[in-house]
Amino acid sequence: MNDVLFPAPDFDLAAVRADFPVLSQSVHGKPLCYLDNAASAQTPRTVIERWMTYQSTMHANVHRGVHTLSQRATEAFESARETVRGFINARHAHEVIWTRGATEAVNLVMHGYGRTFMQAGDEIVVSTLEHHANIVPWQMLCEERGCVLRVVPISDSGVLDWDAYCALIGPKTRMVAMTHVSNALGTVVPIKAVIDAAHGVGALVLVDGAQAAPHLGVDVQALDCDFYVFSGHKLCGPTGIGVLYGKSELLERMRPYQGGGDMIAQVTFDKTTYNRLPYKFEAGTPAIANAIALASAIEYVGAIGLSRIAAWEQALLDYATRLLSSEAGVRILGTAPDKIGVVSFALEGVHPHDIGSILDGEGIAIRAGHHCAQPLMQRLGVPATARASFAFYNTLDEVERLVAGVRLVKEIFG
Amino acid sequence: MDPRNALYNQLILDHNKKPRNFGKLPDATHEAEGLNPLCGDHLQLGLRIDGDRVEAIGFQGTSCAICQASASVMTTQVKHKSVADARQLISDFRAVITGDTGAVSIANQGNRYFGAFAGISNLPSRVKCAVLPWHTLQSALGGAKTATTEGDADPAAFKETSHAEN
Repeated sequence: MNDVLFPAPDFDLAAVRADFPVLSQSVHGKPLCYLDNAASAQTPRTVIERWMTYQSTMHANVHRGVHTLSQRATEAFESARETVRGFINARHAHEVIWTRGATEAVNLVMHGYGRTFMQAGDEIVVSTLEHHANIVPWQMLCEERGCVLRVVPISDSGVLDWDAYCALIGPKTRMVAMTHVSNALGTVVPIKAVIDAAHGVGALVLVDGAQAAPHLGVDVQALDCDFYVFSGHKLCGPTGIGVLYGKSELLERMRPYQGGGDMIAQVTFDKTTYNRLPYKFEAGTPAIANAIALASAIEYVGAIGLSRIAAWEQALLDYATRLLSSEAGVRILGTAPDKIGVVSFALEGVHPHDIGSILDGEGIAIRAGHHCAQPLMQRLGVPATARASFAFYNTLDEVERLVAGVRLVKEIFG
Repeated sequence: MDPRNALYNQLILDHNKKPRNFGKLPDATHEAEGLNPLCGDHLQLGLRIDGDRVEAIGFQGTSCAICQASASVMTTQVKHKSVADARQLISDFRAVITGDTGAVSIANQGNRYFGAFAGISNLPSRVKCAVLPWHTLQSALGGAKTATTEGDADPAAFKETSHAEN
């Protein structure tokens, strides 16, 4: 679709940018250049309005009232679940559990499955690429149950070591918990092959899709993953809402994560029986407006088209990679052949926090730090990196501003 | 000085590039290690105190420019001063970078080395970088082996307001 030298998006970029109120502001007197999308993406007006419309016209508690507002709220809330089901192509809407985010979804599986079915000696396999959210819950399980955490190494370029993975999994492996896309490096993991190999040894697979869901088409049936988790706010939705997808038969067997209202069928002081799926895992009043707004965000990106989005983000990544790798002193960390729009880099003699502060002075927002992936930083031998991450509303001009900002850093530290 | 990035002024850049009193101090009587594991700033500080006087001071380590320049400036300010003066400098530097300029003692008002760091008070996420060497000095003077300025020890961290009943 794109000319090699002058790529252009297959959608109206100016119109899309105008949909995002936050993008039109200045920071330190410069137009905001927002390149921290892997941390959190911005929200289009239509999503904000959907949130407000719900809250202004139909808010009531769900699944409880017989009155009109409660029915409206319930319909909108359950219709949002159906939107998510379609987005990830789950077989059933009841396989979509609302959580606060990807982190809570991992914790739910750790509690509901891990603490119920896993025991001493059972092995949990993660990769060096993982975000802390897909490490720490499993470490907590290991500490409590005597399970063993095994870690799949990566190559210097940030690619999962496939042979090591195959050697690591075996009859003791009960759970493979792996990211679909690295948040720090952008590496896309060959997750379908990971899942098939894990199933070959009888292990379950939880996929951390926090970075993948906004950029790749996710089809949980085609992947055949057992669990898939992602967050709303990286997908142009609100914070405080996320999704756990789980296969129906597994969710049925799992213990509830939290107890409370909505998750019960009947309560007596002698015994409580639990509600059916998905409500068994949704104790308490959920983040109704946030769920509805997330569905709106999914519709918004769907209307632009995930494949068009992916193509444009790839063009931004390629341009940034080309420009930055020709800058003296810049070293790009993470050079896997299959990446999404993330460029982590180091600048010789300059700490990433100094890069981040100077770029901020230029109105450019990037992440400087360990990206909640300290073991990965240890593997790469750096305390932190500077990371620019792109969304479909970014422009080639913004890539050039990033590079100009990096040159300014070099000048200042020259 | 680049007006677009006032934080990285000439003094800070100079002390970052050519840190003073850099290197391990032989015959140190007081030592401490400063470490901010989240951002990676890491330094070792040594002092030789004779009686009530800082006779010599040296530091080494790897850190961001703000932390390194702060450490370098600190060594120049503290060298050949009394321990009491050093403690006052710690307290005054802390006041400058947290924007509490009214708390700076008369002795250190108008200190241009401190003035170079004043802009950091607008950048709460970087205060911990600037103050790490000074907290490390405090640890060394107090006989503690380590210091950090992350978490609860971060002077710019969001603090819960206390609402005591009385």
